[in-house]
Amino acid sequence: MSVYLDHAATTPMFDVAIDAMNTSLRKLGNPSSLHTEGRSTRKDVEDAREKIAQAVGCLASEVIFTGSGTEADNAAIKGLFWHSDKKVILVSSIEHHAVLDPAHWLVEHEGAELIEIPVNSDGVIDLEFLKNSVAERGSEIALISVMHSNNETGVIQPIAEIVKIAGDIPVHCDAVQSFTKVPLSFRDLGLFAMTISGHKVGGPLGIGALILRRAVEIPALLHGGGQERDIRSGTLNAPSIVAFASAVAAQLYDAPKVAALRGSFEAGVMAARPDAVINGRNSERLPGISNITFPGTQSDSLLLLMDSQKVSCSTGAACTAGVHRPSHVLMAMGLTDVVSQSSLRFSFGTTNTQADVEYALSVLPNVIERGLAANAVGKK
Amino acid sequence: MRIIAAMSGGVDSAVAAARAVEAGHEVIGVHLALSSNPQKYRSGARGCCTIEDSHDARRAADVIGIPFYIWDMADEFHEGVVENFMSEYKAGRTPNPCLRCNEKIKFAAVLDRAKAMGFDGVVTGHYARTRETDAGRTLHRAVDPLKDQSYVLAVLNREQINGAIFPLGDTEKVDIRIEAEARGLAVAQKPDSHDICFVPSGDNAGWLRDRMGSEVGPIVDQDGNKLGEHKGAYTYTIGQRKGLGLTVPTADGSPRFVLKIEPVSNTVVVGAREDLAVTSMRGERPIFCGPEIGAAPLRGFVQVRAHGAALGCTYYLDNDQLVAELDEPLLGLATGQAMVIYDGDRVVGSATICETA
Repeated sequence: MSVYLDHAATTPMFDVAIDAMNTSLRKLGNPSSLHTEGRSTRKDVEDAREKIAQAVGCLASEVIFTGSGTEADNAAIKGLFWHSDKKVILVSSIEHHAVLDPAHWLVEHEGAELIEIPVNSDGVIDLEFLKNSVAERGSEIALISVMHSNNETGVIQPIAEIVKIAGDIPVHCDAVQSFTKVPLSFRDLGLFAMTISGHKVGGPLGIGALILRRAVEIPALLHGGGQERDIRSGTLNAPSIVAFASAVAAQLYDAPKVAALRGSFEAGVMAARPDAVINGRNSERLPGISNITFPGTQSDSLLLLMDSQKVSCSTGAACTAGVHRPSHVLMAMGLTDVVSQSSLRFSFGTTNTQADVEYALSVLPNVIERGLAANAVGKK
Repeated sequence: MRIIAAMSGGVDSAVAAARAVEAGHEVIGVHLALSSNPQKYRSGARGCCTIEDSHDARRAADVIGIPFYIWDMADEFHEGVVENFMSEYKAGRTPNPCLRCNEKIKFAAVLDRAKAMGFDGVVTGHYARTRETDAGRTLHRAVDPLKDQSYVLAVLNREQINGAIFPLGDTEKVDIRIEAEARGLAVAQKPDSHDICFVPSGDNAGWLRDRMGSEVGPIVDQDGNKLGEHKGAYTYTIGQRKGLGLTVPTADGSPRFVLKIEPVSNTVVVGAREDLAVTSMRGERPIFCGPEIGAAPLRGFVQVRAHGAALGCTYYLDNDQLVAELDEPLLGLATGQAMVIYDGDRVVGSATICETA
């Protein structure tokens, strides 16, 4: 048997999305063309946009389709910075690299000043720090970006309070992990911009969306035909957009089931390895993500051993060469680099079963024993 | 057996992994990331461990159909190989980092980790052979004399040899490339790597100067007369003739050679070619790849460079030092080099040269 516990990396497409995509792939027509075929494809895209807007809690005109969540994050961070005459960017220290790296790039190339908002040991951002920063530097802050939930730990961030503290300062929220998993509304949160992605919600790879408040015209990253509000050019990827919307509209994510599987898994892990630590356990978390430290191991060894037992999970961060690196998220929570490299992320999805959990738990003790032995020889 | 294939991204390790799969082993490909700050691309035949190399290794593993992972050994490599390389030069010796890497990384850190994780051994693309004999497994030269890498493997002890698989030793390099092509491996025509992987420029002296400074010191003759100045004694090698920059000519106009490097006084001693002649050598830290030897003199061959000649000699163990007495004098031998003893094509063992006479 093989067990897939990496749904936070990508999750299977729902059948309804595959069917919608197949139908769209067989259909001719550039959505920007003016003739019958073009209009027909355009209608599919706009139907999809409305479905997504409904799920997001925004206007259809606030949905800007992009090629990925990363592109949407880049467009938001760079666009909101360039849109403003202010130079300070506030981001949480646990953001995904799709937010952190454009922010650092703006520091290096565009004269931005970056302030990273720390998190506590439970992985929740420090609202007092944010309050103080806004009080002291508010008139200089171009944007604030905090993710809705963290991709490594699943810890949910207090976005509504952040928006309240921010006042008039534009707030962007990377909601790639949270979207469809927990209730969230762009409008109710009072956000300026938000990022979502297709392949995390049962849609296809290669499609994302930037949700951007109406009438805010940020500079474009991609110039060309001006298809998406002049903020994003490029022929609209109709099959992926249609499939993305179908996945979202189907509302197939079963949060209670996923949470129960995760709970059962964590209970089993703690029974087998009482020294294990569930990172972010005291916080409100997404239903499906479990980040666990196994002291005295190295996560890349554990991943190899789990993989050879046909259980797929994740070590969190890797550099461009594929080398496992200490997680900046866990280190921001106060773990040392050694401990943060002893952690695995297991992420559950709707397709998982209790049998999956039991199988993973059955192979885990031996994997941890071998991981401890492999790490011990490294210390020799 | 369950084995780890160390895959550099080159053609040899790719074919070795493929052959191990065909031999019926359960193989997992591992690329060692040895640099904490890897370069993106290789420049020609120099360097390795670039991001491009790890990509090539991954593609080879995909084509062979085996799982693939990257193991970060950058700290171990820096500590065990790079720092040792510098400290050896600082001490006036000439180290071979490839031997050191085999001894400390590929067949120690990797093999130990593999065994702890439940694997039985490591397969690599080295050109060497092993044989099962009544006295246990022994290490032998490859059939291709131009590619033979038994010299750089002579630092492996019996336990390490027992955990190693070298599937390429029976084949010539040219046929390995043909085989790689036939197997659909994109690395079939990738150039061989040369030189020292962590000195991608190929300029060892410049690399050492950048890290160890270039303290000026005297170049003297054997009587101690100062003939010139150097910029860092460690950038010279015993037997070196070029680049001495001496303006005082010898009486008969014959060239001068580096005879000795004295790290403490930062002095380079030069002299005539015949003064380079060595007839015996002693090595410390002897390692035996197969059956151990004793104090009784034996006839065989000694090799002191990776692709150097096998020199007829009498060898024996003198307490904990390996001694080789040469049939014919050898010119230019530095301490720090490895002396590897052969009995025919069998590798007896090796030691690090600490004294020559």
